[in-house]
Amino acid sequence: MSTPGEEMGNAGNPLSPPVPRRRFVEVLLGSGFLATAIAFLYPVLRYLVPPKASDLGSDAVVAGHVGELKPNSGKIFRFGNRPGLLIRTASGEYRAISAICTHLTCTVQYRDDLREVWCACHNGKYDLNGRNISGPPPRPLEAFEVQVRGDAIFVRRRREA
Amino acid sequence: MSPLRNLRDWLDQRLGWDDLIAPLRKKSVPLHKLSYWYFLGGITLFLFVIQVLTGILLLLYYRPGANEAFESVQYIMTQVKFGWLIRSIHSWSANLMIFTAFAHMFSVLFLKAYRKPRELTWVSGVILLFLVMGFGFSGYLLPWNTLAFFATKVGTEIAAQVPIIGKPIMIFLRGGEEVTGATLTRFFGFHVAVLPGLATLLILLHLVLVQRLGISIPPKLEAQWTANPSAKCEMKFFPNFMLRELMAWYVALGVLGALAAIFPWNLGVKADAFAPAPAGIKPEWYFLFMFQTLKLIPPRVWFMDGEVLGVLAFGLVGLLWLLLPFFESDQPSPTKRWITGLAVFALAYVAGMSVYGHLAK
Repeated sequence: MSTPGEEMGNAGNPLSPPVPRRRFVEVLLGSGFLATAIAFLYPVLRYLVPPKASDLGSDAVVAGHVGELKPNSGKIFRFGNRPGLLIRTASGEYRAISAICTHLTCTVQYRDDLREVWCACHNGKYDLNGRNISGPPPRPLEAFEVQVRGDAIFVRRRREA
Repeated sequence: MSPLRNLRDWLDQRLGWDDLIAPLRKKSVPLHKLSYWYFLGGITLFLFVIQVLTGILLLLYYRPGANEAFESVQYIMTQVKFGWLIRSIHSWSANLMIFTAFAHMFSVLFLKAYRKPRELTWVSGVILLFLVMGFGFSGYLLPWNTLAFFATKVGTEIAAQVPIIGKPIMIFLRGGEEVTGATLTRFFGFHVAVLPGLATLLILLHLVLVQRLGISIPPKLEAQWTANPSAKCEMKFFPNFMLRELMAWYVALGVLGALAAIFPWNLGVKADAFAPAPAGIKPEWYFLFMFQTLKLIPPRVWFMDGEVLGVLAFGLVGLLWLLLPFFESDQPSPTKRWITGLAVFALAYVAGMSVYGHLAK
């Protein structure tokens, strides 16, 4: 049978502080286990976050070639790993905008009958500058810069002023 | 009443928690100077859990397929944060698990824990060992590197040596005549679905049997304790032995983490079906004793092909090994010594052939 004095470890010794031995061991073990758990959980949590996909060539891409698009038509091109929409207006001018709808990120398309950009998912509509004009989209589509150099139609992101 | 206590009572009223863990409370572990060997099964189980967890993590980025597998493992090891560590832990833990499973098996053999009424525990354990080796064989191919490619070629070719059923087995394993992307898809399925399912079921059975039958005592000690019940020495499983087991797991985790961090597992070179096999190619260490034996058998023995003889002999030995407890009668008889002698020989043979295979050119 243990007496309360024994339970308190070396409490009876006036030279040592009255720390119960069991408590001391518990704290030591507990903090050791905690440190181990953190040391194993931290790498796992970092591992779970996928590395950033490289956004290759997203600064400027060749979206198409002259003569590829009739007036009053549009096509989807790859802008890095996202879709962009290249439009040739009825007057023959080129426009490029992001093709990701600002509502719920569906890919939009050019409607030659409406002469508007249209999202099939929830009937969102944008004008040819990417401004949201009807339906649920909350923001305009990002507009890109278009340059025709020789045969190629280059699209680049607008520099922030 | 503390909130924890409240929650416990709430759960107990709904789950009958106390009844569920009652058998664990009743369970006790015999204490003697060989009690340390009782930790090995638990450590193997712990490493299996590590395998499941790290395996799930690897599945987040791994892509099976001849054109993608190697690249995805490369991606895990170079791009994903701590990916090299997760893969290294998976590989090291696999090897340690096979080692502890073998050690557990031999300890059971030497402590004679397979005797009546524990025959089924032994049988489920030996099948688990075969499954673990299947895990090793199928998982080895998944990074789709040169070594893995040729190991799989040779391994499945050995299976084809079995008369009559060998060839169909090989085609089933390879998913065709050759080792290709189809083989990789199959091995991936075996490795992440079929084998884990079977292993989980068998582990449950194994644990239920251990739980039902209690822990075996070596025969000599059993006789002493029966003659003199006051000499009997036991420890409660819950929580006394379990806390010790947890400490063993903690040590295993430390060893595993250190090995994985200090000696990260290599990826090697991507498999090329039209490249010659690299010199000095060998299987993983746990297949080495069989590999070396097959190499030593002459090409023609009496009327049989050496290879065929070797494969059939290993199959027969495996089967007898599985049924080993049934050869020991529960009456005192000379077969008891015979089985211990066999165990010593088997251990010496496996260890000796492995070392020989490792050193052989």
